[in-house]
Amino acid sequence: MSKILLRGMRLIDPATATDERIDLLIADGVVASRGVGIAVDEETRIVEIPEGVVAPGLVDMHVHLREPGGEQEETVESGTRAAVHGGITTLAAMPNTEPTIDTPAWVEYVRSRGKLTNVHPIAAITVGREGKTLAPLAELAEAGAVAFSDDGRSVADANVMRRALQYATMIGRVIIAHCEDQALVGSGTVNEGLASTRSGLSPIPAVAEETIVARDILLAKSAGARLHIAHVSTRGSVELVRRAKADGITVTCETCPHYFCLTDDDVRSYDTSTRVNPPLRSADDVEAIREGLRDGTIDAVASDHAPHSLEEKQVEFDAAPPGMVGMETLLPLTITHMVDTGILSLGKAIALMTIEPARALGIAAGTLETGAAADVVVFDPDGKVEVTADWFRSLSKNSPFIGSTLSGRVLMTIHNGEVVFEEDLGTAHGSSENHGKRAAESNELVVGV
Amino acid sequence: MTWTRKHLLGLEGIGYDEVVTILDTTSRFREILDRSVKKVPTLRGITVVNLFFEASTRTRMSFELAEKRLSADVLNFSASSSSLKKGETLRDTARNIEAMKVDIVVMRHPSPGAPHFLTDHIDGSIINAGDGPHEHPTQALLDLFTMREHVADLRGKRVTIVGDILHSRVARSDIWGLKALGADVTLCGPNTFMPAEVEQLGVTVSHDIRDATVEADIVNILRIQRERQSGGFLPSLREYSALFGINAARLREMKPDVLIMHPGPINRGVEIAPDVADGDRSVILEQVTNGVAVRMAILYLLSMVRASKQVEEPDILAEVGA
Repeated sequence: MSKILLRGMRLIDPATATDERIDLLIADGVVASRGVGIAVDEETRIVEIPEGVVAPGLVDMHVHLREPGGEQEETVESGTRAAVHGGITTLAAMPNTEPTIDTPAWVEYVRSRGKLTNVHPIAAITVGREGKTLAPLAELAEAGAVAFSDDGRSVADANVMRRALQYATMIGRVIIAHCEDQALVGSGTVNEGLASTRSGLSPIPAVAEETIVARDILLAKSAGARLHIAHVSTRGSVELVRRAKADGITVTCETCPHYFCLTDDDVRSYDTSTRVNPPLRSADDVEAIREGLRDGTIDAVASDHAPHSLEEKQVEFDAAPPGMVGMETLLPLTITHMVDTGILSLGKAIALMTIEPARALGIAAGTLETGAAADVVVFDPDGKVEVTADWFRSLSKNSPFIGSTLSGRVLMTIHNGEVVFEEDLGTAHGSSENHGKRAAESNELVVGV
Repeated sequence: MTWTRKHLLGLEGIGYDEVVTILDTTSRFREILDRSVKKVPTLRGITVVNLFFEASTRTRMSFELAEKRLSADVLNFSASSSSLKKGETLRDTARNIEAMKVDIVVMRHPSPGAPHFLTDHIDGSIINAGDGPHEHPTQALLDLFTMREHVADLRGKRVTIVGDILHSRVARSDIWGLKALGADVTLCGPNTFMPAEVEQLGVTVSHDIRDATVEADIVNILRIQRERQSGGFLPSLREYSALFGINAARLREMKPDVLIMHPGPINRGVEIAPDVADGDRSVILEQVTNGVAVRMAILYLLSMVRASKQVEEPDILAEVGA
């Protein structure tokens, strides 16, 4: 197994409260040592990029890989290729596939196909995500399900949701709630507000999300269960979670970049890449999401990567399926809109995409402490990313960010000690990198190896 | 002349000068409709397709009549007779129409933004004949034209729109057009029919029909769809009629010269009483006549923009000596 020395770069590891220029040695797939002036043998590859920041590989706790059933949109293979392009080394895959991931065999199928990253399947709460009968949660956990969710819709029946929370407590897995009351959503496609009024698009009120957030928090409290709320998008949801945490209820939550960098005004273009569930919200909601990230109410930033083919999206707005791709823009959007704007420190932003989601899921990931799996991202926080359709490695290109220039360029991704993505440094940057032996002998730069 | 737009997608953002240009042009075409021979050669050689993805009788007839009176070549395409029910996408339909070299597309579609979508796929000019609850610009323009025939200057005039504002493309287009001409707009109806934050469009909202109409110069009454009752927006049409219906007693409390308008088709006895609809303050049938003239004006203005852009093209027929 190869050895890699990440030398003299800024190392940010929020789990160990580290933010300093030190070396990090990777050997045997794990973090072998950290420190200043680590000596290495000639077999060790040395990576030294002056503008590079070394951080734990990102943990994206909300991804749709579409396999099985939607392989024309994404597969585990293509999805993980996109993930490492975005600096992600651990992802949790949602079960709303065809068929639903509600049997141990399907959990094992998805899990085993993840090679470039860790792929943690999330299994369905109910059989077929129909909200009626509990899926075999214990068996699913045994097969490797990291959590349970009927993502894409709420468990409408409060009693079924309560039983699921009670049962999951016994298994020690978190329930991830998609919070939208289907009756209040109705035929809605965009946030209710001035934008829906002007566009004539059918409105979804914020309260459609908030009633279920409130319900599920109360159900989790009554069951003594661990609840995670997916894609929080409204001020009211942030306030409900803030209050629940203050009351000692074991709830965590995530948001997604589009809820802090786009508003419902963006749907007025009728661009179907802006159609997403929950819908893009008002500027006031965006403000509340940013505040929730800053004060720790929101635990994680996840992509809700939802690939859709061009054919599916090149239709009328209300006929288009909701969702946007997001793994590859997760880091640059967070840096551009949360760090460069001064709302979050870079360290806090990294925590929201590494150790915090790992804790919410209860998995060992998201840290670079000695002995941890060598899952690493090296990125340039000031490096520019020109987002084009061709830039995406996902099979799908349904992103409203095509055409924008973002900050935060992933240079290298390492998973279990192996380089799984590497920027072509010869064209992009003046970065230098060298193999220890050859550089020592000839002082020759070896670029883009 | 102040008209440079290639398409007429909606009235949001339209300027005073543009509205006046359309209405002045409409006056010229309105005269033609009173002649014994109502046909002019204005659009000879221009192909117009009426693309209707939603049932419509009067709007489609009005457009077709306008096109024929301008001597355009007219094609009709409606969802029931089309390949749409066979799964063809709007994009493919658009590309097929594009391949047929159509100059102007008139489209009615249930999805807001569908005509905007079409502009990305078609070189021709597009007229929005209603896109879901979004806009219905030619209806609003015929409303404005009818109002202006009775009230020369709409600045400061009070216009009340009564009914289901939430689902109404007519209300949205009327609001933009009336604001452009400086009228004061009041919306009246139950709260369940009010779009969110609609006051931010610069209108007043009222839930009291008397308050909203006693001082009004113009009352525009919207059709109440019967399915709104089953959709839970209304307890019953009877209750709606009692609270917001315009009947003779309510009309007597209004200004003596108030104009009563309705985009049709009317539900007699629901939103409007028969004697009001047929009474002397009603201009509902004038609206229908003016609708043809307004659509002739829009077709003419868009064709002029197209012609000005094609002026550099060589005359093929001249070259072959035809």
